[in-house]
Amino acid sequence: MADKITVGYTHLSGCTGCTVALADNYGGLLTLLDKYVDLKYMPTLADARHIQKVDVSFVEGSVCINDKLAVEEIKETREKSAVVVALGGCACYGNITRFGRGGQQNQPQHEAYLPIGDLIKVDVYIPGCAPTPQMIRNVAVMAYLLLKGTKEQKDLATKFLTPLMKATETTSACFCDLMVKVINQSLCMGCGSCAAACPVNAITMEYGKPQGERDLCIKCGACYNQCPRAWYSFDVVDNYEAINEAIMAALQ
Amino acid sequence: MGAELGKYKSCVSARTTDKEILKFSQDGGIVTSLFGFALDTGIIDGAIVAANKEFYEKNPSKCILDNSNFEMIEPWRPIPAVVNTKAELLAAAGTKYNISPNVALLKEATRAFGLDKIGIVGTPCQMQAVRKAQLYPIGFRDVGASIALAVGIFCMENFPYQGILQLVEDHAAMKLDAVKKMEIGKGKFWVYGKRGQVVSLPLKVTHKYEQPGCHVCLDYVANLGDISTGSVGSPDGWSTVFVRSKIGDSVWAKAMAAGVFETQPIEKVKPGLELVTKLANEKITKNKKTLEGRATFGVGKALRNPYI
Ligand SMILES: Cc1cc2nc3c(=O)[nH]c(=O)nc-3n(C[C@H](O)[C@H](O)[C@H](O)COP(=O)(O)OP(=O)(O)OC[C@H]3O[C@@H](n4cnc5c(N)ncnc54)[C@H](O)[C@@H]3O)c2cc1C
Ligand code: SF4
Ligand code: SF4
Ligand code: SF4
Repeated sequence: MADKITVGYTHLSGCTGCTVALADNYGGLLTLLDKYVDLKYMPTLADARHIQKVDVSFVEGSVCINDKLAVEEIKETREKSAVVVALGGCACYGNITRFGRGGQQNQPQHEAYLPIGDLIKVDVYIPGCAPTPQMIRNVAVMAYLLLKGTKEQKDLATKFLTPLMKATETTSACFCDLMVKVINQSLCMGCGSCAAACPVNAITMEYGKPQGERDLCIKCGACYNQCPRAWYSFDVVDNYEAINEAIMAALQ
Repeated sequence: MGAELGKYKSCVSARTTDKEILKFSQDGGIVTSLFGFALDTGIIDGAIVAANKEFYEKNPSKCILDNSNFEMIEPWRPIPAVVNTKAELLAAAGTKYNISPNVALLKEATRAFGLDKIGIVGTPCQMQAVRKAQLYPIGFRDVGASIALAVGIFCMENFPYQGILQLVEDHAAMKLDAVKKMEIGKGKFWVYGKRGQVVSLPLKVTHKYEQPGCHVCLDYVANLGDISTGSVGSPDGWSTVFVRSKIGDSVWAKAMAAGVFETQPIEKVKPGLELVTKLANEKITKNKKTLEGRATFGVGKALRNPYI
């Protein structure tokens, strides 16, 4: 397929877990690269590292605002990309890097880390620590359909991506989101998705409602974004079977 | 409306042919028999169900407890569990009218419990959670493709545990550990005691104890299950079954071929789909009103609407 989209990958203050999750698509990643994606730059998986003009850039990690180079890189990423995707908890919400206080070797003055949405406009979030290979795959296929698909495919991709675009309105996350935006709003129905989604098992279900061990919470945003009562699109989820099939077919 | 019953390929009234299952099951034993059959034939290698304290006592490694001590677990409090045998399925059969967060085990089922092909039963909202987890697997790495059979159960509303406690012990004046079965049907909430006593409460007594999160729920018949089932629409002891997805179609056909169920055409039974449709519409209409009310709840301030 000649009609590939160009993609870049900017790596800031992230642990490479997001990169590994992307690579963990194994054959699926090769199909993506083969058919749909022209990977222009990426520190680990491509030869070129320097930021170039692309259709979509993925950003892993938060921005250390005490690091001039990182600040320049995120700005340049924004200027040169039509679509910026924040990949993983750190880029979306700061996540574990929120706990940074500086003092580490060999850059002890690097103490303040911000999610990229505090410095640039971000178009799409893929939350999760680490984000899952399947979530990255689904968003990648949908992003491709949005840019290159037929009209119906574009409509579907828009619907699929809308909640992940709206998610960019917030740049911090915590277990407390479940309290504040779900339970306090009288929306929780006790499914347990949040407890399953939490990467650090900070959530237990007590009498059918989530209870957070708030000292364990690394502020990744997975629980809230997984919650069906945080956001839910009937247009998309009612068609889960067809969409799953379309994604799998795209990766054949 | 028209969409109130969701998409389905076929709908029948059905009952298990296994007499032993019927002794423990809530209605026609559809859920327990389907999982039993799927375990026997390798369609699934375990199922997430709602067990209880007695089950946990015998099989502590099959459940993940919340922060309660064992002594603190009350009768009729559901404990999500991963089961692998018919005996374990039977121990978890029957409806518990309070929240069993089955989806909380969905990831761990593929980890500590080692399942590659998971069965899961749940209310319509839990089926929504399962499908969101497949399409948007934000915190469900390597889980989506392992979901081999999701069985949805119809649901008008659920109750917090303490609501059931108050209904049974205060209103029906029975001890929870003396209760054999609870049921909602024919406009009443029924409590059956182990000694044979039966108490029924008018549904209007129960409404105030409902889980408030249920009042924005727009699905009655588990539209997103591979197969979904409930009592409404079918005669006593029988179940109404919707076969919905390709997976559901294939499993149902195999189970029928193996003689797991006896069926009657849904058109031939009373009260039939007419009642299911009516109740589904009532639930959806009422809860859409709640959502509208939330939009103008305060003075120029709305409550959040989760639906995009
Ligand atoms: C809260 C609630 C409300 C319901 N409301 C309706 C209704 O309005 N109309 C209607 O027709 N049917 C309703 N049902 C479904 C009905 O009560 C039966 O569960 C269903 O018909 C299955 O019966 P069965 O004999 O096939 O299942 P069984 O073979 O008895 O198996 C039932 C399965 O469901 C699991 N289970 C039990 N309680 C829960 C729970 N709280 N959450 C998740 N899983 C659970 C059990 O572990 C078991 O595996 C409701 C069920 C629940 C849990
Ligand atoms: S509770 Fe868990 S899932 Fe939620 S934000 Fe904290 S670490 Fe992430
Ligand atoms: S995922 Fe949302 S609805 Fe489900 S238990 Fe957690 S907070 Fe409640
Ligand atoms: S009424 Fe809806 S939200 Fe409440 S338990 Fe049933 S399916 Fe879940």
